[in-house]
Amino acid sequence: MRAVRLTVTAAATAAALTALSACTAKSDAKDGDAIRVTAADAKCDTSAKTTPAGHVTLKIENKGSQATEVEILFPDDRIVSEKENIGPGTKYTLTAEVKAGSYEIACRPGMKGHGVRQKLTVTGGGSAAKRDPRLDKAVADYRQYAQDQADETLPRVETFVKAVKDGDLEAAKKAYGISRLGWERTEPVAESFGDIDPKVDVREDGLEDGQKWTGWHRLEKALWQDKKIGAEEKTLADQLVKDLKDWQGRVGKAEITPTSMANGAKELLDEVATGKVTGEEDRYAHTDLVDFKGNVEGAQKAYELLKPVAAKNDPALAGELDKQFTALDALLDKYRSDKDSYDFVSYDKVTKDQRKELSDAVNALAEPLSKLAAAVVK
Amino acid sequence: MTETQGSTPSRRALIGWGGAGLALGAAAAGGAVAMARTGNDVDPVAAETGGAVEFHGAHQAGIATPVQDRLHFAAFDVKTEDRAEFVQMLKDWTEAARRMTQGKAVGEGAYGGLAEAPPDDTGEALGLKPSRLTLTIGFGPSLFDKFGLRDKRPEALVDLPKFPGDNLDRTRTGGDLCVQACADDPQVAVHAIRNLARIGFGKVAIRWSQLGFGKTSSTTPDAQTPRNLMGFKDGTRNIAGTETDRLKKFVWVGDGDGQDWMTGGSYLVARRIRMNIETWDRTSLQEQEDVFGRDKREGAPVGKAKEHDAPFLKAMKPDAHVRLAHPDSNDGATILRRGYSFTDGTDGLGRLDAGLFFLAYQRDVRKGFIPVQRRLSAQDALNEYIQHVGSAVFAVPPGVRDSGDWWGRTLFSKEA
Repeated sequence: MRAVRLTVTAAATAAALTALSACTAKSDAKDGDAIRVTAADAKCDTSAKTTPAGHVTLKIENKGSQATEVEILFPDDRIVSEKENIGPGTKYTLTAEVKAGSYEIACRPGMKGHGVRQKLTVTGGGSAAKRDPRLDKAVADYRQYAQDQADETLPRVETFVKAVKDGDLEAAKKAYGISRLGWERTEPVAESFGDIDPKVDVREDGLEDGQKWTGWHRLEKALWQDKKIGAEEKTLADQLVKDLKDWQGRVGKAEITPTSMANGAKELLDEVATGKVTGEEDRYAHTDLVDFKGNVEGAQKAYELLKPVAAKNDPALAGELDKQFTALDALLDKYRSDKDSYDFVSYDKVTKDQRKELSDAVNALAEPLSKLAAAVVK
Repeated sequence: MTETQGSTPSRRALIGWGGAGLALGAAAAGGAVAMARTGNDVDPVAAETGGAVEFHGAHQAGIATPVQDRLHFAAFDVKTEDRAEFVQMLKDWTEAARRMTQGKAVGEGAYGGLAEAPPDDTGEALGLKPSRLTLTIGFGPSLFDKFGLRDKRPEALVDLPKFPGDNLDRTRTGGDLCVQACADDPQVAVHAIRNLARIGFGKVAIRWSQLGFGKTSSTTPDAQTPRNLMGFKDGTRNIAGTETDRLKKFVWVGDGDGQDWMTGGSYLVARRIRMNIETWDRTSLQEQEDVFGRDKREGAPVGKAKEHDAPFLKAMKPDAHVRLAHPDSNDGATILRRGYSFTDGTDGLGRLDAGLFFLAYQRDVRKGFIPVQRRLSAQDALNEYIQHVGSAVFAVPPGVRDSGDWWGRTLFSKEA
């Protein structure tokens, strides 16, 4: 779980990094190539609907009566590049590195709402940097992994939801932890769709003003704290399936790059360090170690896929990562009797000393993992 | 702190630190006026310029060098079983310490590197002066159970006995190794520990750490002693950095003292001493002065006029702190004190979680801290107002000689 705002930033960063990688092989656009964007209170005129891939320049003029915001958006509304707060009567030049594909330019008068949109088709692809084919394969394999995780999660969630709807408290509690595994393994991908995470994985303290509490943790509280399942819980259970199907349907479209995979692996360890080691994630169910394991497995998957390149660029780092993943796996195995099962010790039974030991092992892995992205792009 | 700039050469020249002693004469003389005015024992030149203290020398800096205002002390547990990996970390630490004590950033700095990688340096000390940062490393008894070091453990590095009244918190006690970071700017001290901890991840993990905000001792002669949180000057007859003879006799491990690798080193005792601040504050002035054996205003021993007047111990109450701690009451046992006041907020009951983080250096713990503390823990009137809640002891190796040397070389290197 993380705040929506952060997620958007992360997505924008990932986009910026993607753009960076495209930067090496393209030619600088001349001033004449700029697209003029004339924004007003109810219009957003653009001087071109197509432009070659690479360096795209928007010459923006706000002829409206209020401040506006202009964005270049991916088809799923993730931001490629944006400029906020362009005052009435002022001009601004926005630049971005954009790969071939379909985009929209949005003007948002008053900096709110859907805004006025124009299509922008970016042509070619020759101008995007040619990537190491091993990295293309890593991304493709990782996308498949993320899809598999979503596909495997749905039946597990449906089992959980059925138990809730049957009013079977014990069966629901039993199905809860494992239903989260696929989500936890690929959380950075799931979080890149900014609107799903706040619906399915938000904790009570993470709610914004006016936000209704839905999702796993809301049900967790009902099952463990309130110890009862009412009509509201049953409705929320259905909603959880619906929201996760949305996730399942969108994984394939997620913007994934080698850098975002590496950073995602690091972010998974961040999740462990800030949420799981402290026991905050599943504070009622105490199934934190299942999430912990899922995060580590997801990070390890991303690393293994990037390893052919990372190990060549930085063999010492790869050696250290192999060692620390092994050490953390071994430590986690102490908390389950069967290595093929995800029945972990309840986190409220994990002592302070043991938590410190887990925390140390997470730090030992997360520090070198923070260097993976650099080893991949070297 | 800047990426490239080191210390000011003029300051280097003043604090010519090497060999067995300290050449502080020039600084002390030049700053006499400032010292008289402020009543502080800061080395005025270095403090005013935020200068650097020489990292290299026969002894580690941070022991006999002038006491800075702030402390961040960290104890670490070893997490690796690989001796070569641990030694490499000590070398990496040394290099980082060498740079940070000169006011330079760690590694390739805090910015300007690869955008995809986290910077080597964490950056919060950028733009700050070296602030007389000293970094001092020590090895705890438990380290010698690892890496085949059993035969290298000095006899003088004993496990401290349990003293009456000790109420030690396990999570604030012990450690395989420690780093004492002292600086005039707290952010510089914290930056140093933070960056060393980061370099250490996977090899070592912080076991506990302590911030100290005000020095309680002085190693500069003729200066007034800073007050502790009880409002008293304590430890006025500390060993000064210029007292080569007393340093040699009481602080530095000499040839033939035991393990050769420790020659030029020292032994450090760290104690977290919680003060019952609120009950102390309700104590009458007379009783407070009786407890210490000094007057509160001047810090003069009972019956004397000035802080540095020689105390007449028999004039004090039998359980007065000064009387019991004095070398004359302990067969001459003398230690170099370098403690700091601490306040870690409040304790949940609305009481200050505050006290003295006691740091003392000595040539042999068995002849220094232990006999003194045995006496104090049994008899000291101050015990009603304090409690020892954390404890650790470390062998502090000799100094890093030059740019090719590293922390712990004499212990770990076979050719040493």
